[in-house]
Amino acid sequence: MKALTNINATSFSDAASAAQQARQQGHAVAFSGGGTDLLQQIKDGTDLADVIINLRSVADGRAIESDGAGVSIGGLVTLTELSEDPLVNSGLSAIAQAAGSVGTPQIRNVGTMAGNVTQRPWCWYYRNGFNCFKAGGDECFSVNGENGQHAIFGGGPSYIVHPSDVAPALVAFDAVFQVTGPNGDREVSAEDFFLLPITNPERENSLVENELLTGVRIPAVSANTVSTYHKIMDREAWTHAEVGVAAVIQRDGNEVQNAKVVLAGVAPIPWRVQAVEDFLAGQQISAAVAREAGEIGVQDAQPLSNNAHKLPMVTSAIEQAILNLAAG
Amino acid sequence: MRDKKKQGNKPDQDPAVKYVDPLNPKQQSRRDFLEGTGAAVVAGAGISALGIPKAQAQSTGSDSRTAINVTVNGTSHSMDVDDRWTLAELLRDELDLTGTKIGCNRSECGACTVLMNGQPVYSCSQLAVWADGATIQTVEGLAQNGELTPVQQAFVVNNGPQCGFCTPGQLMTATALLNNNPTPSAEDVKEALVGNLCRCSNYNAIVEAVVMAGEEGGVA
Repeated sequence: MKALTNINATSFSDAASAAQQARQQGHAVAFSGGGTDLLQQIKDGTDLADVIINLRSVADGRAIESDGAGVSIGGLVTLTELSEDPLVNSGLSAIAQAAGSVGTPQIRNVGTMAGNVTQRPWCWYYRNGFNCFKAGGDECFSVNGENGQHAIFGGGPSYIVHPSDVAPALVAFDAVFQVTGPNGDREVSAEDFFLLPITNPERENSLVENELLTGVRIPAVSANTVSTYHKIMDREAWTHAEVGVAAVIQRDGNEVQNAKVVLAGVAPIPWRVQAVEDFLAGQQISAAVAREAGEIGVQDAQPLSNNAHKLPMVTSAIEQAILNLAAG
Repeated sequence: MRDKKKQGNKPDQDPAVKYVDPLNPKQQSRRDFLEGTGAAVVAGAGISALGIPKAQAQSTGSDSRTAINVTVNGTSHSMDVDDRWTLAELLRDELDLTGTKIGCNRSECGACTVLMNGQPVYSCSQLAVWADGATIQTVEGLAQNGELTPVQQAFVVNNGPQCGFCTPGQLMTATALLNNNPTPSAEDVKEALVGNLCRCSNYNAIVEAVVMAGEEGGVA
């Protein structure tokens, strides 16, 4: 690997300040939680960082805590911890399931919640060094190229799909994203955290230079809330979602009172399908209702030349997720 | 431990006849031989397929270095590491623990798996400097006084290794599994070992070996 400098941050604000200082000295900077994907990008040259701000030395951001207002998940909670946490598994099971579906045990043992949510896209053009929007260029090579794994919703001018499994589950629970920068802390709603490429084709979220995601806050969920994350991959394990569905519903028996349905692997951001949510409200869960929800889920899809296979996957994944949430 | 002559059919059965391998007249070990060849290639090309050579890394004046303390297989080391070294490079190039293999070097294959504070991690994708304060176990830390652990023994019995390159990583992930779940089912093993690829595709034998190790009492 090329020469680089590791800086052990002592706190999130220290990390932000250190990043700012290094950038002012002309360095390219990256924050590192687990570091697995970051080192890969540095080795490949798709991330030019020569200064790594190491967050393993930060004591904060490692807890999952509950109070009357909801649950806070620290940004440095590992995916293994998130997937095994009793509190998350009882009330927020879609988040635990999503975290447990990421990569491999070795990745989940070091990979963090914040790192998973803010990882860069896995578009093969970007990852192979093409000077695309994500690399600071002004083109998306998938449009006239190999776009089998690209967006069917929300694309343009870049057509990447957001790579996170955890993020859609967080969005389905109305998570608030906590951000620290050199000038202090701020909280951002999911709508304002994830950015469509039409707003900023280079980045996937609204973090600006020297800012980092430090945690999320999940508002309290009612006792009749159930949730699931259903992931379809192009092999049995150890990859990103072709299609993922995070579904959170409040139910009375089998009657859906309220639903949040957010897709992974199909759009440049975690993709809410509000038409499905509207349809489900008031319905009794049945095989027919689940199927119709799945069909509604693709009505606004705009597939590219080679990714229409994702449409029946979306239908099927929504259907399965809703069936998973049927009572008893 | 590796006494290849006993298994081979080389003409050294008569102890009075000293066998000299025509390809290796100096009787170098395979590692010495490869490293010697590699050095010659590196001198010409300036790069190494086996990672950054120690001498080259240390000769770059601008490299940042950091003092760390790390415990590896029960031995504590206070070391000055180059910030760019991966944990795999530290283990192999600095501590000569070459049982840990670098396969893909990009956290996809699992050959480099070691236990960090008891959990399997890809050592190719951890900086050595991040291991400050950590306890590391590598495949060299399994057998004690030449006695294999149950999972190592089960790999032997079940022909778990074919080419053997992935075996150290498989053993470390399996060891972590057995530490947490002393009698795993085949499904448990498949789930735990999903991040360790075997290019010989000897998965069935590996799963059988780990299940057997569990049935025979785990790694303890």
